[in-house]
Amino acid sequence: MMRRLRSAFVIARRDFSATVLSKTFLFFLLGPLFPLLLGGAFGSIGARVASQTQTPVVAVISSPADFARMSAARDRVATALGDPNVAKLVYYAPERDAAAQQRRLLASTDPPIRALLIGGLAAPHLVGAVDAGGPTSGQMDLILSTAREHHPSEELISVTKVEKSNGSLVRDRQMTAQIGQVGLFFLTLMLSTMLLSQLIEEKSNKIIEVIAAAVPIDSLFVGKLFAMLAASVVGVVVWISAGALLIQLVKTGGVQTLPPPAVGWPGFLALAILYFGMNYLLLGAVFLTIGAQASTVREVQTMSMPVTFGQVLIFGFAATAIGSANAPEAIAAAIFPLSSPMVMLARAAEDPAWWPHLAALVWQALWVAVILKVGARMFRKTVLKSGPRTRRWFRRSEKPSAA
Amino acid sequence: MLRQAQHQGIAVEAVDLVKDFDKTRAVDGVSLAVPAGTIYGLLGPNGAGKTTMLRILLGIIDPSSGSRRILGHERPLDAASQVGYLPEERGLYPAMHARDAIAFIGALRGLPLREGRRRADQLLKEHGLADWAKKPIRNLSKGMAQTVQLLGTIIHGPRLIVLDEPFAGLDAINQGRLEDLIRREAKSGATIIFSTHVIAHAERLCERIAIIAKGKVAFEGRVDEARGRLRPIVRLRTRASEGPWRSAIPQDARRESDEWVFELPEGGPEPLLKALIDGGAGIETLAIERPGLHDAFVAIAGDSAAAAMGVEEPAK
Repeated sequence: MMRRLRSAFVIARRDFSATVLSKTFLFFLLGPLFPLLLGGAFGSIGARVASQTQTPVVAVISSPADFARMSAARDRVATALGDPNVAKLVYYAPERDAAAQQRRLLASTDPPIRALLIGGLAAPHLVGAVDAGGPTSGQMDLILSTAREHHPSEELISVTKVEKSNGSLVRDRQMTAQIGQVGLFFLTLMLSTMLLSQLIEEKSNKIIEVIAAAVPIDSLFVGKLFAMLAASVVGVVVWISAGALLIQLVKTGGVQTLPPPAVGWPGFLALAILYFGMNYLLLGAVFLTIGAQASTVREVQTMSMPVTFGQVLIFGFAATAIGSANAPEAIAAAIFPLSSPMVMLARAAEDPAWWPHLAALVWQALWVAVILKVGARMFRKTVLKSGPRTRRWFRRSEKPSAA
Repeated sequence: MLRQAQHQGIAVEAVDLVKDFDKTRAVDGVSLAVPAGTIYGLLGPNGAGKTTMLRILLGIIDPSSGSRRILGHERPLDAASQVGYLPEERGLYPAMHARDAIAFIGALRGLPLREGRRRADQLLKEHGLADWAKKPIRNLSKGMAQTVQLLGTIIHGPRLIVLDEPFAGLDAINQGRLEDLIRREAKSGATIIFSTHVIAHAERLCERIAIIAKGKVAFEGRVDEARGRLRPIVRLRTRASEGPWRSAIPQDARRESDEWVFELPEGGPEPLLKALIDGGAGIETLAIERPGLHDAFVAIAGDSAAAAMGVEEPAK
C-alpha cells in the first residue's frame, strides 16, 4: 500500500509541477475571467436589444398634467412589479389635425411607437397594434387606474423592516444552493477536457512503458488525478479569493452581507472545497478512464462532446434537489455517485445537519476508489493489452506489439 | 556505485509463457532461466516476440498463461525497485530537464528525488553531458536523449537491467560506449538482459542467449553451446584441382572463390590432413575456424529468420 501511495506521489509531483509551473497555467487561472467578460459584454448588448424590442412605447397625447400623473403611476407600477419593461410613455402635445398626428406617430420608428393613448385620464382610448386585454393594454389599465386613484407619492401601506424572515432566508439559501451547484458544475466542466487528455502525453511520448514497468497502473491513475486536483484547488483558491475581494470592494458591507447558508459560511466553504474535490475525483476518474482509451488528441476531442452532455445531464439531475432536499428524486440524486457532491453542496446551503455530509463524503470516496480500480484494470486490459483471454464480446480488436 | 551482492542462482525465470493477441500467438510456450550476474541476449528477427516477452517478464502485461519470477518475486512489480528498463520505444517528457528526467525515472523505482538529482549530475558528468543537465529534453539530440534515458535506467543501481534493442538508433561511438556500460554494470554484479536483432552485439557481450523465432525459444544456453552445435569450418586452398584427395572432403563442400569450405569431418583434423597430403592436394592454405554465432543462428532458427536479422549497424 505504501509503495502504491509513494508511486502515486511521484507521478502527482511531476504532473503538478509540470502543470502549475508552466506558462499556460496563468491562462488557466484567468479562465473564468473570459466567460465573465464575454457575459458582461454580450449581456449588456442583449439587454439593450431586449429593452428596445420588448418594452412597448406608448405615445400619450394629452395635457401635461395628465401625462405627469400617468408617468408617475407608470414608475410606481414598474417598481412594484420589479419589471423595467413595463410600457414606456412618451408625451406629445395635441395638434390641430389629430388624425394626421396619429398616423404620423404610428408610422414613427424613432421611437418605435406601438400604440397611442388619447383622451387623457378622463376618457382614455388606446389606438395601435395591440389587443384588448393583451399585455400592453393590461399595463396601461394598471397605470391609468393608479394615476386616477392615488397621488403618485402616496404610500398606502406602512412598512416595518426586520433583518430577515423565514421566507427570505429560504429564498436566499436556495439561491446560495443554486449558485454553489452552478459553480461546482462549471468548475468540473472546465476541467473535464483536461482530464480526458491526461494520459495522452505519456502515450504519445512513449514514457508510458517506463512508468508501467515501474509502478502499478492504479498509482499512475491516482497520481494523475490528485495532481490535477491539487492544481485545480490552487485555481479555486485564487478564484474564491479574487471573488471575495471583488465583492468586498464593490458591495457595501462586503462579504458579511451575503445570505448565510444553513451550515454557516465557514462550514459551507469547507464543504464546497471538499465536494469540489469529490466531484472532481468522481467525474475525473470516469473521464480519465474514458480518456485513457484514446490514442490521439483527435480521439479526445471526439469524446469531449458526449462527455459534456453527460455532465449537463448529471447537473440537471442534481438541480432537482434544490428546495426539496428530502424528495425521493433528491435522495436518489444524492445517492447516485456522480451527482452526489452537487446535491450535497446544495443541501449544505439549505439544511444545517452535518451527519449526511459525513456519510456522503465516505460514500463518494468509496466510489472514487471503485472507479479508479476499474479504470486501471481497463487500461491494462485494453490499452496495454494485458492478461489472459477474455470472452469475445468483451474484447476489442488487438494487434501484437512489435518485437 | 555500491550494489548489494548479487544472489546466486536464477535472476529471471519463465515457465511456459503464452501470450495471445486476438488470433495471433505472439509468445508460444516460452521457458527460460537467466542466471544471476550474467549478460543474457534475446536474439531474433523483428516480430519474433522479444518485446512482448520482455513486457511480460517486467509485468507491463500479463501472460495469457504461464508464470514468471523476477528476482525471486512472482509479481514483477514487487521487484520494481531492483529493476531498470529501457524500452524499445524511447520516451521522456520533452519539457523536463535532463537531470530531472533521470531523477524522475529513479524516483519511479523508489530512489529519493534529491539523491536522484545528485546521482544524475554525477552520471551526466561521466558521460560528457554535464552542460546539458539543466536543458529541456526537447533541446537534446536524439542520441543524447537516449543516453539520458539509459542513465535513468541505471540511476538506482538495479540488480536486473532489461534493455530492449538498446543499440537501435545509436552511432558507432555510442554503441561502443553502451557496450562498455553493459560490461561495467555486469562486472558490478547486475544481471543484464537485452534483446537485439544484431547478432554481433550478442556475440561480443553475451554469456548466454535465447534465440527466439515465431514466439518460441529455438535455443537457450551458452553462446559456446550454440556454436558447439556446429562442427568447425574448414577453409582449404589447393594447387591441384582434381585428384584422389577429393574423396577426403565431404560431398557437400562448397566452393567460395578459390577455396573449398566444409565442416570438419568427424575424425578431426589429423586424418583429414593426412588424406589430403597422401591424395596429392598440394595444400596452399588450410584454416579450421570456429563457427560464429551467425552460423549457429542460421542452423538453429533457419535461413528465413537469419535473413530477417540485421547486420551490425553502420556508423551514423
